[in-house]
Amino acid sequence: MSNVHPYVGRSQPRVDGALKVTGQAKYAAEFTADDLAYAAAVPSAIAKGRIAKLDLTAAKAAPGVIEILSHENRPETPKDDKPYLNDMVAVPGSPFRPFRDDRIAFSGQPIALVVADTHEHARDAAALVIAEYETETPVVDVAAVRNEAYDPPEKRNGIPPPPEPRGDAAATFAGSQIRLEQDYRVSPEHHNPMELQATTVIWEGDGALTVHNKTQGVMNPKNYVCAVFGLDPEKVQFFSPFVGGSFGMALRPHYDVFLAVMASLKLERSVRVVLTRQQMYTMGWRPDVLQTVALSANGEGKLTSIQHHAIQATSQFEDYQEPTVNWSGLIYDCANVSLKYELAKVDTSTPSDMRAPGATLGVYALECAMDELAYATGVDPVELRLRNYAEKDANDDKPFSSKELRAAYEQGAERFGWSKRSPEPRSMKEGRELVGYGMATGCWEAMMQAHSARVTLSADGRLEVACATADIGTGTYTILAQIGADAMGMDIEDVVARVGDSTLPMAPVEGGSWAAASAGSAVQVACKALKEELLKHARGIDASPLANAGLDLVTFENGRITLDSDPKMSVSYVDAVRASGRGEVEAEGDFAPDEKFTEAYAAYTHSAVFAEVRVDEELGVVRVQRIVSAIAAGKILNLATARSQILGGVVMGVGMALHEATEWDKSLGRIMNANLGEYHIPSHADIRDIDVIFVKEDDEANPLGVKGLGEIGVVGAAAAVANAVFHATGKRIRELPITIDKLL
Amino acid sequence: MSTSQTTIDPPRPTSLTLTVNGELRTIEIEPSVTLLDLLRERLHLTGTKKGCDQGQCGACTVIVDGKRVNSCLQLAIMKDGCEVVTIEGLGAPGDLHPMQAAFIAHDAFQCGYCTPGQICSAVAMIDEGHATTSDEIRELMSGNLCRCGAYTNIVDAIEDVLSQRRRHLEAAE
Repeated sequence: MSNVHPYVGRSQPRVDGALKVTGQAKYAAEFTADDLAYAAAVPSAIAKGRIAKLDLTAAKAAPGVIEILSHENRPETPKDDKPYLNDMVAVPGSPFRPFRDDRIAFSGQPIALVVADTHEHARDAAALVIAEYETETPVVDVAAVRNEAYDPPEKRNGIPPPPEPRGDAAATFAGSQIRLEQDYRVSPEHHNPMELQATTVIWEGDGALTVHNKTQGVMNPKNYVCAVFGLDPEKVQFFSPFVGGSFGMALRPHYDVFLAVMASLKLERSVRVVLTRQQMYTMGWRPDVLQTVALSANGEGKLTSIQHHAIQATSQFEDYQEPTVNWSGLIYDCANVSLKYELAKVDTSTPSDMRAPGATLGVYALECAMDELAYATGVDPVELRLRNYAEKDANDDKPFSSKELRAAYEQGAERFGWSKRSPEPRSMKEGRELVGYGMATGCWEAMMQAHSARVTLSADGRLEVACATADIGTGTYTILAQIGADAMGMDIEDVVARVGDSTLPMAPVEGGSWAAASAGSAVQVACKALKEELLKHARGIDASPLANAGLDLVTFENGRITLDSDPKMSVSYVDAVRASGRGEVEAEGDFAPDEKFTEAYAAYTHSAVFAEVRVDEELGVVRVQRIVSAIAAGKILNLATARSQILGGVVMGVGMALHEATEWDKSLGRIMNANLGEYHIPSHADIRDIDVIFVKEDDEANPLGVKGLGEIGVVGAAAAVANAVFHATGKRIRELPITIDKLL
Repeated sequence: MSTSQTTIDPPRPTSLTLTVNGELRTIEIEPSVTLLDLLRERLHLTGTKKGCDQGQCGACTVIVDGKRVNSCLQLAIMKDGCEVVTIEGLGAPGDLHPMQAAFIAHDAFQCGYCTPGQICSAVAMIDEGHATTSDEIRELMSGNLCRCGAYTNIVDAIEDVLSQRRRHLEAAE
């Protein structure tokens, strides 16, 4: 038994690491059954209109085909939207209902499901489904409908609308000597996790289903499926122990789970649906948004006004919303602020949350504008941000629960060597390449949600910590095991963490960077209850050495409950479990955010991102030489997995700055590059040095002092790269990604 | 559609013999089955991952006759007589291959989905003998995408194994 506490705060290797590196970790499409049938979804070839005719003759005659389902022959489904709204991430509007009728609302919409005896037979027969369409002209470019932009009448739950204007931004701007107003645009993106969206439904007989579904929270698709298909929640269980990347994509239930469950119920057998990579582009995406930022400042670079206006694409049937412009009211101190956020409808699937939704786009625009202001005022970009440092959240008029952004600027600049930057654009060169230094600020809200956890000590002295949350690569398994091991004074080798199972205590979807703080706190609460239980049983032992001890008089360590006043007096956990008369002792714990605290304080994570780029002017090639990301995000539970979260966010930010773009054909409304060969995500050769700094920051929003890390790494990263490209080249590219054609 | 289509008999299953992770396997299989789907769906070796099914992501990388290949681009029947090593053949929990251990030590993965492909690719790349610098590793590993962005840690893990190997070779001299 090693006495290495605390585990929290260290660099702890992932407890699920061995399973992942040996191929033993099983993902949704990797569970099987003897009666498994394979199903393939058939995508619509048009983006808007209706299905005039479905000819299934050839598909039905193909080898191995068991059934073909479509809107024409599907089993009865609910007549209204209400059951489909059992989705904790639903947005205002009418949710997409697969096979509802003959209407086509977006390209690639599933129009049929071919079920066959093998994967190959299903895939081949799906290609034989012939559809005739009545086609209408789609609009997929938000710029084409910007005149129809509207303030969403119903606000999305949990997404704050822009704050009321303060001061008079327009008049101040008009009267300013130093002012700039620019449009910024980021190409639409798709999450593109490596694992394909998939569901395997195991038909257990008698209406019972075991569903392996790729999801960021098992309770969400379970509630949805039970409501839509009228199933008894007792007979339906969802599992998602491993999730092959998601980044927000698997927050909402998708049509794979709907279709797989529908087919399984109809055929009374097990069914698997795996989407193709192309079909991964038929659901949520980071929305296209038109942004205008106007800033004015005095001669010293102190902001006198900020105006930020965004028009964001959404689907015809839902008003997807994210907080895009609010950041411009809280990152900097400014008396005159006016923010506006509108939607415009296009003929696509509904956009969805993608890593740091809203902030990634809005902060990009603000931080590029700040860089432009730095040149306009002649103030160093870091110094400019310090001169406008916000000491409170002026949107909500609240103090910050903690904010060590100043330290992030200082430590980031020091590590990066920012002082070596010569301010003039095009003034730094190495060999044939121009060198550019750029920086930006990042910000994300530190959120928490109610979670429950169960901890169980078994007679063999092992601890299980369990919660229905997810580990989407974030390291949830590991931090829950660390917290459990510390709370119970145990070796982490003796702790097993379980997540991704709908039979476990309640958790919402894992998103918004709230899981570590919330699920972690629930485990801590549960461990306290477990200690009370164990002590109760230990006291009950005949002639117990702890007979009169209270919880405050003993220590739980190395598998024993020991009296502080006399360390010779102790009872082992195993004896306490034995004394309970059961094979194990368990306890549950509930965590909910402290409402008094969240009402009194604004809680945010912050970052200072520094980027060095090299630009070959003759070829237009941009290389990101190195990035330093200094993060202020409260207590760090696990240095290794925390650092990985930031690395991943930064890499996604580099993709946004230089590579990623979903390209729609504007007349057909179809995505032209729905694959990983033509939608470019960063590869090994694109990524060199990334240095992550965690600034010390004490926060009291929860007992762990944790603020969350899943999103903050991506925010600001693209702006830092874009600003570095300007510094290198003197060319201000305001449309991402900055591809070769834009630089030449 | 014309109703006078000539019917084509579906292709018949063919017998195929492969060595998979050291074990000789004889399988009846249709010609349209890829090596990837053979491994995942027929042999239940699900450690090999499907990320795109069109040779663009590298998640399905396995080692065939010592060379790394995208198993989604190989029809299984073309690999008759070949020797295939998958992630399951490199090591198991408790008995890890040095590359698997290095991936854990450097936190060279997050979601774990591209990981088996990254590891198979890295193992075979070292055997190819071209990778000596970190720039070369990055270039030669670029067929294996990682959306979680673990690239820097993956390169650190590979460099770690490379230097272990160099030390072994020097000690042997």
